[in-house]
Amino acid sequence: MPDLKINIAGVEWNNPVTTASGTFGFGEEYGQYFDLSALGAVCVKALSAVPRLGNPSPRIAETPMGILNSVGLQNPGVEYFKENYLAKLRTYDTKIIANLCGSSIDDYVKAAEMLGDCVDMLELNISCPNVKVGGMAFGTDPRSTEEITTAVKKVAKAPLIVKLSPNVTDVCEIAKAAEAGGADALSLINTLLGMKIDIHTRKPILKNNTGGLSGPAIKPVAVRMVSQVYHAVKLPLIGMGGISNGEDAIEFMLAGATAVAVGTAGFVNPYAWVDTVCGIEKYLVENKIEKVTDIVGQAELY
Amino acid sequence: MDCILTEKNKLADNIYDFKIKSTSLAENAKAGQFLHILCGGNGYLRRPISICEVIDGEYVRFIFQVKGEGTTALANANVGDTIDVLGPLGNGFSFEECDNVIVIGGGIGIFPLLEVTKRLGKKAIVLLGFRSAENVILEDEFAKYTDRIFVATEDGSCGYKGYITDLMRNILETNKVDRIYSCGPMPMMKAVSSVAVDKQIDTQVSLEERMGCGIGACVTCTCNINGGRKRVCKDGPVFSASEVEWDA
Ligand SMILES: Cc1cc2nc3c(=O)[nH]c(=O)nc-3n(C[C@H](O)[C@H](O)[C@H](O)COP(=O)(O)OP(=O)(O)OC[C@H]3O[C@@H](n4cnc5c(N)ncnc54)[C@H](O)[C@@H]3O)c2cc1C
Ligand SMILES: Cc1cc2nc3c(=O)[nH]c(=O)nc-3n(C[C@H](O)[C@H](O)[C@H](O)COP(=O)(O)O)c2cc1C
Repeated sequence: MPDLKINIAGVEWNNPVTTASGTFGFGEEYGQYFDLSALGAVCVKALSAVPRLGNPSPRIAETPMGILNSVGLQNPGVEYFKENYLAKLRTYDTKIIANLCGSSIDDYVKAAEMLGDCVDMLELNISCPNVKVGGMAFGTDPRSTEEITTAVKKVAKAPLIVKLSPNVTDVCEIAKAAEAGGADALSLINTLLGMKIDIHTRKPILKNNTGGLSGPAIKPVAVRMVSQVYHAVKLPLIGMGGISNGEDAIEFMLAGATAVAVGTAGFVNPYAWVDTVCGIEKYLVENKIEKVTDIVGQAELY
Repeated sequence: MDCILTEKNKLADNIYDFKIKSTSLAENAKAGQFLHILCGGNGYLRRPISICEVIDGEYVRFIFQVKGEGTTALANANVGDTIDVLGPLGNGFSFEECDNVIVIGGGIGIFPLLEVTKRLGKKAIVLLGFRSAENVILEDEFAKYTDRIFVATEDGSCGYKGYITDLMRNILETNKVDRIYSCGPMPMMKAVSSVAVDKQIDTQVSLEERMGCGIGACVTCTCNINGGRKRVCKDGPVFSASEVEWDA
């Protein structure tokens, strides 16, 4: 049996697979399909200091091998999460990551303070393309990335992951800014800003007009960015974007990801997360690799 | 879950009637719940399709209209093929005791109402609305369970001429009704709802929205309910009409 354990920013996971924030709710729903202890970590839906309603429907559109979503960070708030979901999540042998969102630096700081040390890791979502204020705005400018990272790191009681947006010219510049601000790890990528128009009604499918593209369609972009960032910073990376199985996950790990997240693929196959864990193990066995950490960053670039 | 397609019929232009075999689906399925179906072809996501009938505790029947990529691919499935289905999903209609019931559906919204009518039997007055005579389907099947069944077509080519909701207003003038079950196009359900809420008749409507996971995790298929946003797939698709904010 190969060793699937990883250590990311001082937190040990049983295996390298987690859930992409916003695709897994608070664990309740997919918990009916498989035992969440099978995952290295569960990353919950974005949380803000106060509840958010999100955008009006329709907020999903299908695209070639993917989807656009414009949920807009609907969530019941940190307090509600702590009172209603946390205890249940704690019954599983898995790590818990809280994804944070807000409209101002103060919002993020407040959410991080409210969470304290009740989760194992914090993920700073400065890359959501679906909100008018805050969101991606922080993650597309290196100065604001560093500023918000520093501010949240100051109050964070758990290791801080900064989640990067692909909607930038140079992702390495943003990655370095997050590193300078004190991030303990980076995750990438969030969704790519996109649009779909119904040619018969001439109206966008999404009520928000635009949305974030995810699923297999974005995988090559994500792999490229993981590879670039791996060579640009020293921080451990959580790779995501279109991962559907073990082979996809291995590709991200070879590119430089210590861990991976599965998201959209689960909407088609509710077992995609556990299938990914099994697929990683199978690859390691077949290739006689003892530790999953041995493959991280081992892609042989030309 | 892989299920075998055991029967396939074409009911009308672009309307297909499928029967799949699955004891676990059939044992758990309730009227108003839906299946999330992987259709094949170029579509990426699953497609939500209502459960139309549960047969002999072993089969589930669903009927769908061919619209885009997914349903086109699904229509190409043949008897003996396996179909990948999640379900039964969502909350169905609830059936607390009541004596006088209207079941009102429009177009492809009538499919989930067959199982409802089967369950209610003679208590049900069934109202089915279609655009035109050539779109009228399933009337004889509904008629197996109740003899009070009325059809309306917008062009008058079959049954009452006009909207089915006009017919419902007429029936409410002379009949005492304590519950309404409804599924159909949004404008129809909105009209049903406004009459029903006025007359304080307990009314359940089945809503439709574009969805992702189908089980409540992705929170994309929301509708406006009582000042908040609820998930059609998990909190619905059946909601109490008095709570739906139709214009929000
Ligand atoms: C709870 C529920 C029950 C349903 N029951 C039935 C039924 O019994 N029979 C039937 O014929 N139809 C039913 N529908 C509508 C059916 O889901 C859509 O017609 C179907 O998804 C269209 O897929 P497509 O591949 O043909 O179209 P495409 O246009 O290729 O679909 C693209 C995307 O949009 C979504 N989409 C498009 N139209 C709709 C719609 N009207 N509602 C929801 N999603 C849509 C698709 O699911 C897919 O994700 C139901 C919808 C819901 C929400
Ligand atoms: C419906 C939906 C909701 C999402 N919500 C969030 C969110 O709340 N916070 C966040 O950081 N990312 C969010 N994302 C982005 C994902 O976490 C992930 O970065 C992206 O979808 C790429 O991975 P995938 O292709 O495996 O889904 C969301 C994605 C989807 C599809």
